[in-house]
Amino acid sequence: MSTKQAHIEIASENSYMVYFGDPDSLHISPVVSAAIAASCEQIKQHFGNRLIDLVASYASLLVIYDTTQCDHLWAKKALRSILNAPKKLNQDSGQLVRMPVFYSPKYGPELSLLAQNAGLSVAQVIAIHSATEYRVYAIGFAPGFAYLGEVDERLAAPRLATPRVKVPAGAVAIADRQTAVYPASSPGGWNLIGLCPTPMFNAAKQPHMPVSVGDRVQFDPIDEQQYLAMGGQLHEL
Amino acid sequence: MSFKVLQPGLLSLIQDLGRFGQHDIGLTTGGPLDSEAFLWANRLLHNTPNACAIEVSFGGLQLLAQTDSYFCVTGAHLNLTINGVNKALWSSHKVVNGDEIKLGYSSHGCRSYVGVAGGFNISPSFGSSATVMREKVGGLNGAKLATNDSLPCTEITTLLRQALPEAHWPLYGQEGTDKNGADTVLRLLPGYQHHQFDPVTKARFFHGQYAVTDRSDRMGMRLEGPAVSCPSQQMLSEGICLGAVQVPADGQPIVLLNDRQTIGGYPKIGAVMARDTARLAQLRPGDTLRFEAVDLHQAHTINTLAQLKFDATALLQLKD
Repeated sequence: MSTKQAHIEIASENSYMVYFGDPDSLHISPVVSAAIAASCEQIKQHFGNRLIDLVASYASLLVIYDTTQCDHLWAKKALRSILNAPKKLNQDSGQLVRMPVFYSPKYGPELSLLAQNAGLSVAQVIAIHSATEYRVYAIGFAPGFAYLGEVDERLAAPRLATPRVKVPAGAVAIADRQTAVYPASSPGGWNLIGLCPTPMFNAAKQPHMPVSVGDRVQFDPIDEQQYLAMGGQLHEL
Repeated sequence: MSFKVLQPGLLSLIQDLGRFGQHDIGLTTGGPLDSEAFLWANRLLHNTPNACAIEVSFGGLQLLAQTDSYFCVTGAHLNLTINGVNKALWSSHKVVNGDEIKLGYSSHGCRSYVGVAGGFNISPSFGSSATVMREKVGGLNGAKLATNDSLPCTEITTLLRQALPEAHWPLYGQEGTDKNGADTVLRLLPGYQHHQFDPVTKARFFHGQYAVTDRSDRMGMRLEGPAVSCPSQQMLSEGICLGAVQVPADGQPIVLLNDRQTIGGYPKIGAVMARDTARLAQLRPGDTLRFEAVDLHQAHTINTLAQLKFDATALLQLKD
């Protein structure tokens, strides 16, 4: 498969936006995500020090380049040749990262609500959330915040009408068909279902995050004791 | 060897040119809102362009020199004194151990840059010392300067003092209005979802006049003016670059600046040139602006000429 259907838009004086597939579509696809991950690698190699930053997201890739190191026409031509080059796309590429979750109606107050809305038991919600292998589609919003998709339709839930002033670090949450682990304590409007003891962002450690865009994540249910033993902390909400 | 903060003012931040290559873990760039005034500060002190300086928003910073050094203040217009004696902006000055530097409040322009010879020695995090408060990264523990903070630097006892001739000082919205009555014109590259905006909306955007509002910060400048309607508010989140003009449901544009989030899901009509986001960051609430479309070739010509002008501008050599 090639990524010939991708098209290049100007984003700014030193960046191009590459849209994969129909830019106006809201469809999320693992195949598109795999194509973006493969393109990232090729762009890094081809651009070398001409590349300033890359922002991969669901169906797009922002390529920021150094105009003192290359002409904008060179950058566009290089991108076009990379997108036209055949790629071996493997949806199972990227590492599989297993992350423990202490699912808890006490520390994840929307867990019971999601169960109620779906006509399921809390145990069933946990089983469904932890049975899915998620893909890291994007990283952003805050340092270490990874958007994982897609959540089983039955668990999809809109953001809270009033966001919480404080969501604790490690909170596992759902918004629409996305799920995430809050990397740090911050305001947030996602539905909380549990706590994960694995830090999503560690400034002092390389790599700073346990996952990258294109990796896969699966959650393993743990109990409160295991959560505490793994270094997890409990805060009243 | 250091400067001590006596009064931090409203918002004083350690900045270098910014944090690059870290968007993949969600870190934004930070860096000086007015990169031009920042670069002048370092050039006046014979520093490398990326040397650490202080970005002071709206003035009010007071420092105590605890070493012999040279410093300068560029950017917003304000009253500068050393031990109560008035000193020129856009000029390097000698200070000795015990001198007190005082910045008044800015009368026009908003952002000032306090550079020191050799730059402040602040250890970088993620490759940069730029402070981004939202991320708690850079500067001193990711925070704004506070009273009694110590800013390390190198002792320098002799340096050729330089000044930027006043005829080259930027005017920050006091240039006089353009033919349509706006204080400032921002050059913008149409891009991103530009194709989704209908021709009438685009015409309104490029002909309309927008005012800077007080709901603006280092993440973005919120503007008020003719509403720009976008046919679709439903889109997948995507990467956001410096200067991107985001249009939320109320149609009032937001120009995204240095501390923007790296991804977001609002439609964008294009991006303001970095050179012009620098000028925008000096405007005050109520100042007016309009947008002018440029293409990539024009943008690169504008940048090349501006760089040549910066390099070619002769500085005044001052005696001690």
